[in-house]
Amino acid sequence: MSEIKIQIKNLYKIFGKNSKSALEKVKDGVNKDELLEKYNHVLGLKDINLDIKEKSIQVVMGLSGSGKSTLIRHINRLIEPTDGSVVVDGDDVLKMNDESLRNFRRKKTAMVFQRFALLPHKTVLQNTLFGLHIQNIDENEANTRARKWIDRVGLSGYEEKYPQHLSGGMQQRVGLARALTNDGEILLMDEAFSALDPLIRKDMQDILLELQDELHKTVVFITHDLDEALKIGDRIAILKDGIMDQEGIPADILLKPKTKYVKDFVEDVNRARVIKAKHIMSTINGQDISNAMVVNQDDFIDRFIDKVISEKPNCIIVKDKQDKNVGYLSSTRLAEILKR
Amino acid sequence: MEKLFLSEFPELSRETLRFIKKGFDTSYRAFSREYGDTIEAVFDPVLYFLVWFEKLLQNSPWPLVLICFLAIIYFGSRKISVTVGSLFAFLLIGIFGMWEDTMSTVSIIGVCTLLSIGIGIPVGVLMAKSERAQRICTPILDVMQTMPSFVYLIPVVMLLGIGKIPGLLAVVIYAIPPIIRLTNLGIREVDSEVLEAADAFGANPRQKLFQIQLPLALPTIFAGINQTIMMALAMVVIASMIGVKGLGQPVLKAITNQYFAMGLFNGLAIVALAIIFDRVSQSFGHRIQQHRSGARE
Repeated sequence: MSEIKIQIKNLYKIFGKNSKSALEKVKDGVNKDELLEKYNHVLGLKDINLDIKEKSIQVVMGLSGSGKSTLIRHINRLIEPTDGSVVVDGDDVLKMNDESLRNFRRKKTAMVFQRFALLPHKTVLQNTLFGLHIQNIDENEANTRARKWIDRVGLSGYEEKYPQHLSGGMQQRVGLARALTNDGEILLMDEAFSALDPLIRKDMQDILLELQDELHKTVVFITHDLDEALKIGDRIAILKDGIMDQEGIPADILLKPKTKYVKDFVEDVNRARVIKAKHIMSTINGQDISNAMVVNQDDFIDRFIDKVISEKPNCIIVKDKQDKNVGYLSSTRLAEILKR
Repeated sequence: MEKLFLSEFPELSRETLRFIKKGFDTSYRAFSREYGDTIEAVFDPVLYFLVWFEKLLQNSPWPLVLICFLAIIYFGSRKISVTVGSLFAFLLIGIFGMWEDTMSTVSIIGVCTLLSIGIGIPVGVLMAKSERAQRICTPILDVMQTMPSFVYLIPVVMLLGIGKIPGLLAVVIYAIPPIIRLTNLGIREVDSEVLEAADAFGANPRQKLFQIQLPLALPTIFAGINQTIMMALAMVVIASMIGVKGLGQPVLKAITNQYFAMGLFNGLAIVALAIIFDRVSQSFGHRIQQHRSGARE
């Protein structure tokens, strides 16, 4: 289940004329500002190590300039790294020649872009089957597959429209349909929902989660929005100035921030909506479990907190899907977590 | 001595200058004697096509030619106004006795435009793809556009004599730069994010060129084709000096003999052709941008 799909190792990216010699400086400990000021090179990424598990949603979060878009472009090698390796399913993407790289991009990956990057001269249908068209897949089959995904993202009836005639949210649905039609195992989403209105963004997040339940792709999702990251990420990596500050499951990021930067970042988050019972439970060993309240391990705190307040149970028992007791939660622990 | 040096520019002696010029001319003359026939043979197919096309336009019954023209104009522009206007223009041209010359001009402009497109678009693509090609081509295009056309007519006439082909070459040299420049510009202006998306989906360079860059550059390329046609028309009078038949010859005759009316009529016929070509190619250029029309829904 949790095999590693994408393995990023010691990845460095330095923008500038003489990146190799700048790389030495960075490895010797020169920081981003100094590198820019003294050597006129921009540090994009520094020593990134990230294992992305198969069939999970890996969020990479950071503010603008943190290198998150640079990082995602290394996975399908739209950007060449200065040093390091990116291994997908055991193959080093950086060692591929042009032909095998094109095949890798055609078969294994699909990408959704922040500003949609649709082809303005092609209709919704033609845009959606673009990936298949590139692979010279039979027109009829391509049509069927494309229409299926257009329908799935809720754009039936718009097949013959041009992108300019659609709203932003609809354009990004086309972007999503285009990526899904390609049917790669890896879905790269570069701030895919950042340009959309909040309501439409929420819609699109729900569509993505719903599709993921069914498709089980390996999704790499870039965002600058912490709420979005917590909502859809199975794991979250936080980037700052090209350096990865912390990587882990959402609850760990919230409860155990490693750096001050992450701590400041997560301070204002409504924890009850992000943390599940299983994240904060402790193991049962002989506690009094009479008059206990039962919750599911995957319930968020805000689903049972009202009940806890009204019923004032002695303790809370956490059960898994098979109805087995897996943990124990005291009200003091709960209060502690919810206290800022 | 000092004063003389500053007031007079130190130039080569008359003797040396004459030697240089004479040497240049002699060697070029030798070159054209040696290779003139071969180069002429290269252009033979173009010449045959040009002659065939001209004869076709001149010898077919005029109503048939007119109907064909109007059909092309209508399907190019999809505008009744342009079509009706063109009908009147052609009728006037015919009534005033300029039908035959107009057919000659249309045929040479047509062939020149086709040649310019055939050569210009690939060169423009090359310039867009390679910085080095751009660095080499830009100054050449500058020379082609600014060098007085009579100057490059001299070697062309020395090489190929007087006739249609040298005229054709002169027109193409003068008219081809806009289409090259605008093809280059149009391709370079294609949104880099769209190209990145194409890369991300695994498009190879040929697929990117034909499915994305050229289609998206098409409106700009069409502006170039439009410019090329206009410049070719502007050259018909000069081309007539080296034996190209058409509306330019009466104009030339009118200039040398001070026949004002003759010059005016033929000049107006050239203007009418220019306006027709312009309107048709422009509205065709607009129409292929179908995706830009209409409001959001």
